[in-house]
Amino acid sequence: MTELMPFLKSLLSVPGLSGYETPAMRLIEDAWKPLVNEMRLSRLGSLEALKKGTAAEPRPSILVATHMDAIGMMVTSIKDGFLFMTMVGGVDARVLPGTPVTVHAGASGEDLPGVVVQPPARLLPASIGEGPVPLDQLMVDVGLLMKDVAAKVRVGDLVSYATEPQEFAGDIIVGHSLDNRASVAALTVALNELQGKTHAWDVWAVATAQEEVTLGGAITSAFGIHPDLAVAVDVTFAKGPGANDWQTHGLGKGASIGFGPNIHPYLFKQFKELAEKLEIPHEVDVMPRMSGTDAYGMQIAAEGIPTIVISIPLRYMHTPVEMVAVKDIQRAGRLLAEFITRLEPDFINKITWDE
Amino acid sequence: MAETTPKIGNSQIKLLEKLCNAIGVSGDEGEVRKIVLEEVKPHADDVKVDALGNVLVTRSGSSKDRVRVMLDAHMDEVGFMIVGDDGDGIFRFELVGGLDVRQLVGKPVVVGKNKVPGVIGARPIHLTTTEERQRKIPLDQLKIDVGPGAAGKVKVGDRATFGSTFKRVGPSIMSKAIDDRIGVATLIELLKFAPPNVDLCLSFAVQEEIGLRGAKVAAHYFNPDMAIALDSTPANDLPTHDGEENIFYNTKLGAGPAIYTFDAGTLNDPRLIRFLAQVGDEARIPYQFRQPGGGGTDAGSIHRSRAGIPTVSVSVPHRYTHTAYSLSRLDDWKHTLALLHTALTKITPALLAEERR
Repeated sequence: MTELMPFLKSLLSVPGLSGYETPAMRLIEDAWKPLVNEMRLSRLGSLEALKKGTAAEPRPSILVATHMDAIGMMVTSIKDGFLFMTMVGGVDARVLPGTPVTVHAGASGEDLPGVVVQPPARLLPASIGEGPVPLDQLMVDVGLLMKDVAAKVRVGDLVSYATEPQEFAGDIIVGHSLDNRASVAALTVALNELQGKTHAWDVWAVATAQEEVTLGGAITSAFGIHPDLAVAVDVTFAKGPGANDWQTHGLGKGASIGFGPNIHPYLFKQFKELAEKLEIPHEVDVMPRMSGTDAYGMQIAAEGIPTIVISIPLRYMHTPVEMVAVKDIQRAGRLLAEFITRLEPDFINKITWDE
Repeated sequence: MAETTPKIGNSQIKLLEKLCNAIGVSGDEGEVRKIVLEEVKPHADDVKVDALGNVLVTRSGSSKDRVRVMLDAHMDEVGFMIVGDDGDGIFRFELVGGLDVRQLVGKPVVVGKNKVPGVIGARPIHLTTTEERQRKIPLDQLKIDVGPGAAGKVKVGDRATFGSTFKRVGPSIMSKAIDDRIGVATLIELLKFAPPNVDLCLSFAVQEEIGLRGAKVAAHYFNPDMAIALDSTPANDLPTHDGEENIFYNTKLGAGPAIYTFDAGTLNDPRLIRFLAQVGDEARIPYQFRQPGGGGTDAGSIHRSRAGIPTVSVSVPHRYTHTAYSLSRLDDWKHTLALLHTALTKITPALLAEERR
C-alpha cells in the first residue's frame, strides 16, 4: 500500500523533463513494484508495468497511460555567468521571472539551484517597456561566479522548476508537475485498490514519456503493448481565476470523463454510468477536437484502439504552482479500479456504435 | 580575549536567515521587531519602541569627545495587503511598496500572522492567445488563492508576501527580504562591537518602502550629529540585450559596499562620502560608489530632520530587487560590516568640522 500524500509530494520534488524522465520514473518504479507482476522500460523510456488478470489466454488487456514527464527549459547559451533558455513543452514566459529553478549542470553533474531573472528595463530592448519580457531575454542566475558557471554548465543542460510542493488546508496539494504526476498518483491509487481483487483483464499501467512535446511515449507503448482498450489519465482545467468557461471543472468536484472524437462513445457511456452507480463525483469534459492527452496518440496506434480520457481538475496548469484537490485524485483512481474489476472477458465484443 | 571586530560567521548568517524569513510588510513589522528586540536588549543602554513601531536603541560610548552617530536600517519589506474576498479561498490584493506585477505570477505567497500558504496563479497557457501573451497580466487579474479549505483563515486587511525562503548558494545568498534585513542584521552586529568614541543611536525603522516614514521620526528622536543609512541597493550588473557595455549597472555584486553620492532623495554629505572611501582605502576594504541616479534610502528623511543632519548611505548590493529572490554576495556583506565598523572607530568631532568640498 502506497501512502498517497508522501508519494505525491516525492513525485513533485523531482525533475523529469520530457525525454529525461528517469528521476520520476525511479520513484514510480519503487511504488509500483509491489503492486504489479512485471515491469519494463520501453525504448523511449516509458515505464510499463503489468498486473495480470485471471481470464484465459489470450487474455484481453487495458492500458492506462499517465504521462510522467514535465515541462521545463533548456540552456541555449551562457553569457557572463548568466544562462539563456528555450522551453521544453508549453511554458508561458510570464510566469517565469522570480521562479526558482534547478539547473542540471551537464559538465559537473551537479544540480545547481538558481532563479529565473528579468533583467532591469534599461538593459532590455526599449520596445518591451512595461510589457512581459519574452523567454529569450530572461536569464537564470545560479549565484556562482562567472568562471564557475562556465566550468559547470553546458548548452543543452536542463532547467526544471524548483518551487517546493505544499499542502494547503482541506487536502489541497500545490506544486509544479502536478501535470501529470497527479494522474500517476491516481493510477497508483487504482493499483492499490486492485490488490486483493480479481480482474479478468491484464492491466498495463504505463507511466509514459515525452507527452508534453510529442506524445512519443504513449504512441509507442500503445503499439508495443497493443492493448484492447486504452485510458489516458491526465489533468484538465479547474475553475479559478482566469479560467471559468466551458473547458473548466470544479476543483474538488470530482474526476472528469472525457467526451469527443478522441473518446470511444461506448467507453464514455460505461464510465459515466459506473460513476453514477457508485456515486463517485464526476463531471463531463467535452473535448470537441483533440484531447491534448496521450489518448490522442494511443487512439491511432496500430490498427486503432478504443480510447477514453479521465481527467483530474487542476488550477494554473503549466505554472510552478499547479493546484489539485487530493480527493479528485482518489476518485479518479477508484473509478479506474472499479471499471477494471468489472471488465468481463468478452467486454471487447460488446463495444457497439450506438447509431 | 573577546573579539574586538565583528565577523560574519554561521551565527550571523543564521540570524540573517531568521530575519529574512520573517514577514514584515510596511506597517506590519511586528515579527521583525520581535527578533530585533531580543537581539539588541543584552547590548543596549536604552531600547524604545516609538509611536510608529520603530525600534530605537541607544548605547553610549566612554571616551571624552564622543560623536552622536545614528545608524539606520529599515525593518519593513514590500508585499501585499488583502483587499477583497472573492469567495472559495480566492482573494484580491493590492501592492505595498514598489513591486513589478510581472514578478508576481506563479509565485507561492504567505498570508497573515498565521502564515497561511497561498499562490498567485495564472490562466493556463493553453487557454491564452498569442496576442494575450504579449501583454502583462494586470494586477486586477491576479488573485491570491489559499485553496477552498483555507477560505476562513484569511481576511481583508491581512498582509502577505512572497513564500520563498532564504537560501545560501555558493558565494551568494537569496531571499525575498535582503532589502533590508541585511541592514538590520548589520546594525545588530555593530551594536555588539560599539566603539567607545561614539554614542550609537540605532534606528530599526518602519515604513521605508512607502515613503521613508519611520526614519523621519527616529532622526528627530535621536537628534544625532551625523547619520549613516544602511540599506541594500540594486546591482543591475547583467549583460545587455545587444551586447553593448552595461553602463547602467547601478552597483556590481562582489565590488563591496556601495557608498552613495546622489540619489532621488539625498545629496549625501561630501565629508562622509570622502571619509568612508578613505577608511576603505586605508583598511584595504573594497568598496564602490553607487551610480548617481534614482532610488533612495531613509537618508532622504534623516538629513532633513530637525536643523539638518549630515548623512550618507551605504548599501549591500543585491540583484533582482523586490522579487521573490533577491541575490547578494556574502563577501559584500562582510566588507560592508568591516567598512562600517572601522569607520565608526575612526569618527571624531573633527570629521564634522571639515569643510564641505
